[in-house]
Amino acid sequence: MATTKTKTPAAPSGVIASTQPLPDYGPAPELTREKRLEWYRLMYLTRKFEERAYQSYQTGLIGGFCHLYNGQEAVAAGTFAALHDDDPVITAYRDHAHGLMRGIGPGPAFAEMYGRATGCAKGKGGSMHFFNVERQMWGGHGIVGGQSPLGLGLAFAAKYLDRKKVCFSYMGDGAVNQGAFHEALNLAQLWEIPVVFVIENNKYSMGTAVERHAAPVELYKRAAGYDMMGVRAEAMDFDEVREISWILGERARRENQPAILELMTYRFRGHSMSDPQTYRSKTEIDEFRKSDPVEILRDRILASGTVNAHEIEDLEDKVRKEIATAHEWALASPYPRLSEIYTDIYA
Amino acid sequence: MAKIAYRDAVRDAMAEEMERDSRVFLTGEEVAQYNGAYKCSKGLLDKFGPKRIIDAPISEAGFSGLCIGAAMYGLRPIAEFMTFSFSFVAFDQIVNNAAQIRYMSGGQIKIPIVFRGNSGGGHQIGATHSHAPENIYATFPGLKVVVPAFAADAKGLLKSAIRDDNPVLVIENEALYGRESEVPDGEYLTPIGKANILQEGRHLTIVTHGRSCWTVLEANQELLKMGIQAEIIDLRSIKPLDWPTVFASVRKTHRLVCVDETKPFCGVSAQVAAEVGRACFDHLDAPILRVTSVEAPMPFSSALEDDCIPNVARIVEAVKEVVA
Repeated sequence: MATTKTKTPAAPSGVIASTQPLPDYGPAPELTREKRLEWYRLMYLTRKFEERAYQSYQTGLIGGFCHLYNGQEAVAAGTFAALHDDDPVITAYRDHAHGLMRGIGPGPAFAEMYGRATGCAKGKGGSMHFFNVERQMWGGHGIVGGQSPLGLGLAFAAKYLDRKKVCFSYMGDGAVNQGAFHEALNLAQLWEIPVVFVIENNKYSMGTAVERHAAPVELYKRAAGYDMMGVRAEAMDFDEVREISWILGERARRENQPAILELMTYRFRGHSMSDPQTYRSKTEIDEFRKSDPVEILRDRILASGTVNAHEIEDLEDKVRKEIATAHEWALASPYPRLSEIYTDIYA
Repeated sequence: MAKIAYRDAVRDAMAEEMERDSRVFLTGEEVAQYNGAYKCSKGLLDKFGPKRIIDAPISEAGFSGLCIGAAMYGLRPIAEFMTFSFSFVAFDQIVNNAAQIRYMSGGQIKIPIVFRGNSGGGHQIGATHSHAPENIYATFPGLKVVVPAFAADAKGLLKSAIRDDNPVLVIENEALYGRESEVPDGEYLTPIGKANILQEGRHLTIVTHGRSCWTVLEANQELLKMGIQAEIIDLRSIKPLDWPTVFASVRKTHRLVCVDETKPFCGVSAQVAAEVGRACFDHLDAPILRVTSVEAPMPFSSALEDDCIPNVARIVEAVKEVVA
């Protein structure tokens, strides 16, 4: 796939191309050993959560849709790690990672997917509608591209209130062809709104490969049509994602300049649980599985010598137990009462 | 009480609420420098500045969604549609996001937003610009829908809508913007969900709303000459609808004619007729009749258009049939 190399010497590794030169704010602040380990823990927890969800779906515990994030974990973790804890984020329906990494416990997350009263949205949202407003995670949205103007609005409000926040608004590559997204891009640049549109390019819009749904396939270039910064970067490496996210986040925060950040990722599982994956080969999937974002960060942490193998195994063991306990807790939780049908409609 | 034009009542409501609450802002096409396509925001840019009175590009989905996001974060936006016919371009934002995000989040989010603008036919602006969509939006739980007919309610309902913590659609009408009527002095609010009895009567009940209120009042002059005393109810609020007031009136008069500008199929009058038929079955002495727009897109020619929205002749005819 052809890409225009406009990378400046200052661009961090992982950046493939950009429509404008990147600003030079120096390196992103160092992550402490503990913080780094915590991001690894959240990536590992997300992976294990979804492996359990996969089983639960197959045994009929989860109804409706279930879109797994397996393979894309470095996107949510790397971008979130570049943000302040109270910067707003919003995404589409592939939202398990965004929810878990913004404070929804695996228990309430499982419970939501199992339709229980203890779910993070009381069983009214399901897999596609995870919300944790307390931690500035604003959903969890079902209509492709429909959340783009909402993310714009969160950022607009933060600027209006002079809060110095940036909103990261996520979408899949399939969303770039929706009108609402383009209207949001124009407004973002026109009104100088501190929002970064993160395109999680996993190469498929459901079963339609990006070459078959987008002209051009370099999705970051769509920013150029709005005089906006557009960047394409690799996204299987947590540190690389964090570095470029910090630059674009700070640019939005300091200069009210929006951007598109196209992150090149891959989902190891199907679009949803009902996807037979006839549109891609096992060879392709196996090739991408060689660069597993969870393992890449694990190896890097171990190679750094600051954490030993015993410590990381202990952490993983605790996560696996937490997932098992959370699943059991969710299963033991009650279903919502019928009267709940009529609550939370009006404030 | 002073008499003012409906459009000035709309402007006064926005100005008073913006004065009161710095979180309130207005955006939409032509709302700032142009003073509003229908001059409903005249002078507001000068008074409140470009941070709060913001001209939007022609991007209904974009600016509606932006306003919904801003409301989620704590602002209180007023999004103006130049006409509610254009709101269909933002349909997904209104019905999936504004109406349902609170529910889907298990009550974590409030969306205090007002969508307002002109609606309705009768101006030879063709089928795409002439929709009366209050019945459509009223079908979505999570939305409130009000349709002011008079200046007092144009102001009082809009002020209530701006203070409401839910999405409220305030559906105005082009034919009414220039019409003057009395507005109370000083601060007041018109409650959402409360109908207004425009005239008490005993021979039948006429339930109406919006521009049709004026048409019904005109028809009433002929009814009075015929000795027919109609009880005329202006619903003002379509969702929630003031069923107790409607039921009490029908139980008193035993007859009902519904008049409104939505389409006949699944329109507001259809809903009123169904509910009254159920709740007042034993009290009815005649079939319920409806005078609505017709089952056709709005034609351009005035020779045709005048017959497509409720007019005096059709109202009088229906009343005569019901009281016969």
